[in-house]
Amino acid sequence: MFRNTLTDYPLAATAIALSLFGVAIVYSAGQTDIPTYVAPLWKSQLMWLCLGVLCAWGIGNSSVRLIEWVTWPAYLLTLLTLASLLVLGTGTGANGHMRSWLAIGGHRLGQPAELAKIIVVLMLAKVLAERREAPKSLLELWKPGLVVGVPFAMIMLQPDLGSAIVFVGIFFGMLFWSGVPWPLLVLLASPVVSLVLSFSTGLWGAWFLVLIALVLWYKPYLLEGIVLVVANVVTGVIAPILWEKLAPYQQNRLKVFLDPSADPRASGYHVLQSKIAIGSGGLLGNGFTLGTQKRSGFLPEQHTDFIFAVVGEELGFIGVALALALFLALLLRATRIASRANDSFGSLAAFGLMSCWLVHVVVNIGMTLNLMPITGIPLPFFSYGGSFMLASWLGVGVLLRISGEGRGHAGALLS
Amino acid sequence: MSVHPNDIARRSRVAKAGLAVVILSLMGAFFNAQVLQHDRYKLQSQENRLRALPLAAPRGIIYDRFGNIIAENLPGYAVSIAPVNSDSLKSSLEHLSSVISLSPDQIDAALRRYRRDPNRPTLIMSDASMSVVSVLEEHRINFPRLIIQSVPKRFYPDGPAVASFVGYTGEVTDADLNSPAYEGYKPGQLVGKGGIEKEYEKVLRGREGVRYDEVDARGRQVRQATPRLDLNPEPGPALHTNIDLDLQRYVAGVFGDSLVGGAIALDPRDGGVLALYSAPSYDVNKFTGGIPADYWKGLLADDRRPLVNKVTQGRYPPGSTFKLATAVTGLEDGLVTLDEHMPVPCTGGFQYGNRYFKCWDKKGHGSISLARAIEVSCDVYFYQLGLKIGLSRMIAGGISLGLRDKSGIDLPDEKRALWPYAVDYYNKTYGARGWSNAVTLNLSIGQGENSQTVVNMAKFYAALATDGKAPTPEIVKRAPVRTQIFKLDQQQMDGLRTALAGVIGQGTAQSARIQGIMLAGKTGTAQTGKRVNGVELNHAWFVGFAPADKPTIVVAVMLEYGGHGGRAAHVASSIIAHYLKVAPVTAVQSEG
Repeated sequence: MFRNTLTDYPLAATAIALSLFGVAIVYSAGQTDIPTYVAPLWKSQLMWLCLGVLCAWGIGNSSVRLIEWVTWPAYLLTLLTLASLLVLGTGTGANGHMRSWLAIGGHRLGQPAELAKIIVVLMLAKVLAERREAPKSLLELWKPGLVVGVPFAMIMLQPDLGSAIVFVGIFFGMLFWSGVPWPLLVLLASPVVSLVLSFSTGLWGAWFLVLIALVLWYKPYLLEGIVLVVANVVTGVIAPILWEKLAPYQQNRLKVFLDPSADPRASGYHVLQSKIAIGSGGLLGNGFTLGTQKRSGFLPEQHTDFIFAVVGEELGFIGVALALALFLALLLRATRIASRANDSFGSLAAFGLMSCWLVHVVVNIGMTLNLMPITGIPLPFFSYGGSFMLASWLGVGVLLRISGEGRGHAGALLS
Repeated sequence: MSVHPNDIARRSRVAKAGLAVVILSLMGAFFNAQVLQHDRYKLQSQENRLRALPLAAPRGIIYDRFGNIIAENLPGYAVSIAPVNSDSLKSSLEHLSSVISLSPDQIDAALRRYRRDPNRPTLIMSDASMSVVSVLEEHRINFPRLIIQSVPKRFYPDGPAVASFVGYTGEVTDADLNSPAYEGYKPGQLVGKGGIEKEYEKVLRGREGVRYDEVDARGRQVRQATPRLDLNPEPGPALHTNIDLDLQRYVAGVFGDSLVGGAIALDPRDGGVLALYSAPSYDVNKFTGGIPADYWKGLLADDRRPLVNKVTQGRYPPGSTFKLATAVTGLEDGLVTLDEHMPVPCTGGFQYGNRYFKCWDKKGHGSISLARAIEVSCDVYFYQLGLKIGLSRMIAGGISLGLRDKSGIDLPDEKRALWPYAVDYYNKTYGARGWSNAVTLNLSIGQGENSQTVVNMAKFYAALATDGKAPTPEIVKRAPVRTQIFKLDQQQMDGLRTALAGVIGQGTAQSARIQGIMLAGKTGTAQTGKRVNGVELNHAWFVGFAPADKPTIVVAVMLEYGGHGGRAAHVASSIIAHYLKVAPVTAVQSEG
């Protein structure tokens, strides 16, 4: 059973390559004309990477069963931690209003949300794997919904919109992988779509017609159908009210997403400067550590949220394409591991981890070019942050383990 | 979950295809931004880091006719700030106020400049003292966006002596910026505010340069950008004037602190202004970098009106100096000759209708010729000459002599001389029956509806001094313009000049005699109607030229409430003597 342990070299190599790339960029992010606290951070990032690799090696040498067995207590612990954050959490830096940091005695230990994502993936995998059949109706989704919904709500309360979006991505990704029919997924997502489209009556009307057609075609239970339609009407109507409830900085971020030049000196500043940095990089870039936007401090959060703009400015399109290719390789490898796992838990967990990273990559990188709203989601393996690096490598470890156990059965599964 | 292998394989294919599409789309977006739109962003990134710092151009240096400096530039310091927005500007100004003293006016002005041009560093102090600069340098770290710049600062070595014509510089006002005349000007820039500084603003200003500093996101200067982007300021070209600085200083000295009035010295051959002085003067150097409020208030409150240029803006009844205009009109029309006597001899007065018009000399002058009448300034003679010419022709004559015009001197805001436009003026003003022909008598001796500027009288006498051509007075050397305002034959011209020389020789201004130089000119004592302790305060005039046979200088002096014309003659003669480098004769007799 353990004969292929830790032999998924492509996965390990891709993750190591991404991480070293990332540490190099964190180093570069610290190279500014007027040195800031960012300058020495690459060293601690390297330390966290080593720690992460060690953890991954440890997990890789355990077993999927052990991981599955640990899931329940870990999930409960996560919920407890998230709950305590709402009381004890502290903010940091630009996001000082968020209670996303776990601190004891004033010493910040990390952001539990990052680890929570991995645990929720495992928990969801466990719950979905218990079923013999994929859920066919919304009612059957109550249990997985609860698994994600509780931590989701707690993170929304911090409030950490970015991490919450990741939970949604994980949820839908894993439902898809478990075989939930796509019309059901669309119906599930419909209230959120209504919420977004409610700002344009015409668009919302069109969407509503599509929704009705879908309900008639898919024929969910009558009650479900009614609940869905009502939910769409309600979200469509309350959206403007909800908008008013958003904190001004959240409203601004969404507004700026629609038009970054509307407020170039304030909220739109980050996106604009990021776009300028990336665009000015050109094909080959300004050269490693030589990005002028970064050097003169125009790039905001250049070592965390906007780190990919440093890649764009200094290494140009070549560097960007390389990074994206590495991410694609990682995600494809994870998908392959999911499809070759020898049991449902492993398969779902692998696909969940893949979904989690995908959302991170798309939202974070998209944000640097204003293709996505600014939500403060870090980029796996790149963004500076201890708990995040650790969490990413825990994910790698889990994947390695699943890959190690599943590889031998892949042929059988696919034949 | 469903573990049917085919399902897994299908979903795996969908997922992989989806992943590829998503990542490739991202790649496409980056390709678009980095390769296709690279130039646009490259430019933006450069603009981002470069802060354009305007470099003020030194104004053109102003020289006198011998190359002495009238206005120059000294190094000064300007303090400005490159704010992010108006809120940050406000808070920066607040912080600055705690380090250096900023008046509420200065803060308001800075905010106004920012609102006008937010992209330009906002000027806070245009002329900061060394002590302010050193305090700011100490606190530099707290004000990353503060810019302390060495800028040229206007300086007039002779200060008050030259204020009357040179003017001063000051910040361009909001009203200026709104007017098309100041198109292209930026808030905080200096412009000429009066005198030739204003008249020749477009020449003197030069062209502002720009320096690009590379700054970080907080506005701190990182290094100076590549020099090829910079644009050096272009200094304004030098301005060469006709002023004789030595004479100008002398005139200022003659007026001193006690006399109020104005004086101008012209070269009659080309209209070059040798000196122009309005008393009391003020120190233009105090105006540089913002006029101190109390000094400005003091100038405004002074009832001697130092801010009104007595030479170009003050209008005064010309008195007897105007008799030459009457004489020229009569001679030109052939109504009189220099030897002709009038029917009624002067017995100290003249009965016209039911009114008795007095001569200034109660003793009377008897029956005299025009030449003698000019020498002794006999009013009775000119009453009759005026009647002979007739009102209509008198008015037309005055107009053609340019006595209803501006002199055209190259100074801003010159006032036009006041003189009726036609007989109709009286009908319009007093009604057809509201006036009598007696106004002719008043006009003929320089009283009545007649107010002249000092410069305009000097221009008229410059024509008398030459050949009937009046030169346009010019402070700055340009192409001289001389306009024929009357035509008399050589004998008449010589006769007039001899009579005018007689005024000093044996007439009303014997106190003004100069050893070895024949001085010609006419005194004037203009009634003002203002009385102090029952004594009427008159304006004292003298307009004259020298040497009488071949004049090289015309001087007009007007002393406000200065009493007798003789006093003005005395001032004028000392000016002329200084110019011609001879000593005036100290004389006793004075009347006129």
